[in-house]
Amino acid sequence: MIHFDGVVVRYPRAPRPAVNGVSFEAPRGVITAIAGPNGSGKSTLVRALLGRVPLASGAILIDGSNATRLDRRELARRVAVVSQREEPAFPVSVRDYIALGRHPHTPLWGGADPDAAAALTKAIADAEVAAFLDRTTDELSGGEWQRVRIARALAQDARALVLDEPTTYLDIAHEMAAFELLDALARRDQAVLVVSHQLNLIARFAHRVVLLHRGTVAAAGPPSEVMRGDVLEEVYEWPLVVTRDPAVGAPALLPLRSRRRP
Amino acid sequence: MSRAPSRWVVWGLLVAAVAIAVLFGLGVGPVPLTPGEALAALRGVGDVTAVAIMRDIRAPRVALAALVGAALAMSGASLQGTLRNALAEPYLLGVSGGAAVGAVVAVALRAPYPVVPIGAFGGAVGAVVLVLAIARAGGSRPDARILLMAGVIVGAFANAVIMIALASSPPDTTRNALWWMMGSVAAATWGHVAWLAAYAAVAGTALLVFAPEIDVLALGDDAAAGLGVHVERAARRVYVVASLLAAATVAAAGLVGFVGLVVPHLVRTRAGRGHRAVIAAAGLAGAALVIAADLIARTLRAPNELPLGAVTALGGVPFFLAQLRRLR
Repeated sequence: MIHFDGVVVRYPRAPRPAVNGVSFEAPRGVITAIAGPNGSGKSTLVRALLGRVPLASGAILIDGSNATRLDRRELARRVAVVSQREEPAFPVSVRDYIALGRHPHTPLWGGADPDAAAALTKAIADAEVAAFLDRTTDELSGGEWQRVRIARALAQDARALVLDEPTTYLDIAHEMAAFELLDALARRDQAVLVVSHQLNLIARFAHRVVLLHRGTVAAAGPPSEVMRGDVLEEVYEWPLVVTRDPAVGAPALLPLRSRRRP
Repeated sequence: MSRAPSRWVVWGLLVAAVAIAVLFGLGVGPVPLTPGEALAALRGVGDVTAVAIMRDIRAPRVALAALVGAALAMSGASLQGTLRNALAEPYLLGVSGGAAVGAVVAVALRAPYPVVPIGAFGGAVGAVVLVLAIARAGGSRPDARILLMAGVIVGAFANAVIMIALASSPPDTTRNALWWMMGSVAAATWGHVAWLAAYAAVAGTALLVFAPEIDVLALGDDAAAGLGVHVERAARRVYVVASLLAAATVAAAGLVGFVGLVVPHLVRTRAGRGHRAVIAAAGLAGAALVIAADLIARTLRAPNELPLGAVTALGGVPFFLAQLRRLR
C-alpha cells in the first residue's frame, strides 16, 4: 500500500506549494486514480515518491515504511514507476531494456539475480510484448513503447505500481488494453496508482479517485462520488455534463463547447 | 535496422585490430622490422640496434598510444551514456581546456619539461572541480545537462586564459606550448607508460563497475530514479572518474582530440549488451586507432612528425560523417 500522509512539496521560488497537504491511500488489489487539471500537483506527487523533490512536510509510506528514508534500491524493489516521459539516450534492444527492470535486484558489485529469468518471462507475458523483444526501443510505435515500459516496471517485481499518464499517446484500443492490463494487475493484489486525464476511463476502472486542485485534494472517493458535474466544473473551470455510461453505468463526462456558462 | 554481425565476430575483429596495429606500430619506421624481428628484439634477441630501437623507442611509444586511445575512448563511452548526450566527451567537458591551461602556464613559466605534465594534470583536476562547483551553484541538483553546460563554460574560459598566456609569451614558448597542445606520444618512456597504465587500470575498472548504473542513467533521470539509482550522485561519480582518466592521458600525451567522441559511436550498437560491453569495446577500438594514428603521424612526412591530435581529428571527421549517415 502507498500512503500519502499530509504531503507538502514546495519548489524553490514558487509562490505557493505545488502540493499542499495531500493525504490518501492506494491500497493493494485495486486501481487508485489521481486526476486533476494541468499543474494541480499530480506529477509532483510521483516525483516526491521517487525522492526527486524533497517533502516540505508530511510523509509517503510504502507498506508502512517511510519512502524518503528507504534506501533507493529498496524503494525501487517495492514500488515500480512508469514516469510520464522517457526516451533512452541510445536505442537498446527491447529485451535488454526490460531487463533493466531488474537493476534494483542485481547486486551492485557483481553477482547473480536468481529471480531474473522468471520475473522477465512473467513481465513479458503480462504486458504482451513478446512480439517485439528483438526490436530496438527506437523501432516501436507509441503504443508498443508504453507496453514495453510497463513490462520493464513489471520486471521490477514490486508490490506497488505507479504510472504517470500511461495512455497519453495511445489510441482507443491501446488505451483500453492498457487499463485492462492495470485492472488485471490490481486483481493480483498489486497496489496500482495511476495518474490520468482520461476521466471516463478512470470512472470505469478505478476503485477510488483522488481529484487534485491547486495542490490540494478537492474530492476523493469512489468515481460515482467524485465525478459529479458541480465538483468537476469547479476544479476544471470548464462547463461540462456528467451522464451515465450506457454499458456499465459508470459516470461519463462530456465537456461542453462554450466557455460561457448557462 | 539490419542485423549486426555476431558479437563474437565484432570482438574478434577488435582484438585482431589491436594486434595488427601493435605489429605495424612496432615494425614500421626508419629501421623496418618484420613482426618476427620486432618481437625477437622486444625479448632482447637479435641486432643490438634493433633491440635498442624496440625497447627504448617504439615499444613504449606504441604502448603509450594504446593506453591513451583506450583511456580516452572508455572515458567518452561512459560520459555519453551518463550525460545522455552523443556529443559528450572528456574534451567537451572542460578537461582538455583545464589541462591545456596547466601545461601552457608551466611552459610559460619556463618550468623544466617533466613539470609540464604535472601542470597539465593539475589544470585538468582544477577544471573538474570548477565544473562541479559551477554545476552546484547553477542548481541544487547538478544533473547531466548542468554538468554539460558547466563543462562547456569552463572550456571556453580555459581557451581565453590560454590565448592571453600565449599572446604575452615569447615565440619559442608559444611554439612549445602549441606543440604540446597538438598532442604527441613521441617522447614516450616506460615511466609514462607505467604511470598511465596504473591509472587506466584503476579508473577503467571503476567505469566497468559503474557500467550497469550507466545503462540505467541513459534512460533519463526519472526512469533511473525509479530503478533505484541516486541520479545526481551516480552521474557525478562517473563524471569525476572519466574526467580524471582523460586528464591522465592529457598529462602523458597532450591533447589528442576526437577519440573520446568518435570511438564510442563506432562500437556502441555493435559490441553487445549494455555499457560494460560498450566501454570495453571502446577501449580496444581506441587503442587500435590511436596506435594507427601515431603510425601515420610519424611516417606520412618522415622524418618530420605530424601532430597526433591533428591526425586523430582528420581521421575522426570521416568516421563521424559515416556515423551520422548511419543514424540518418
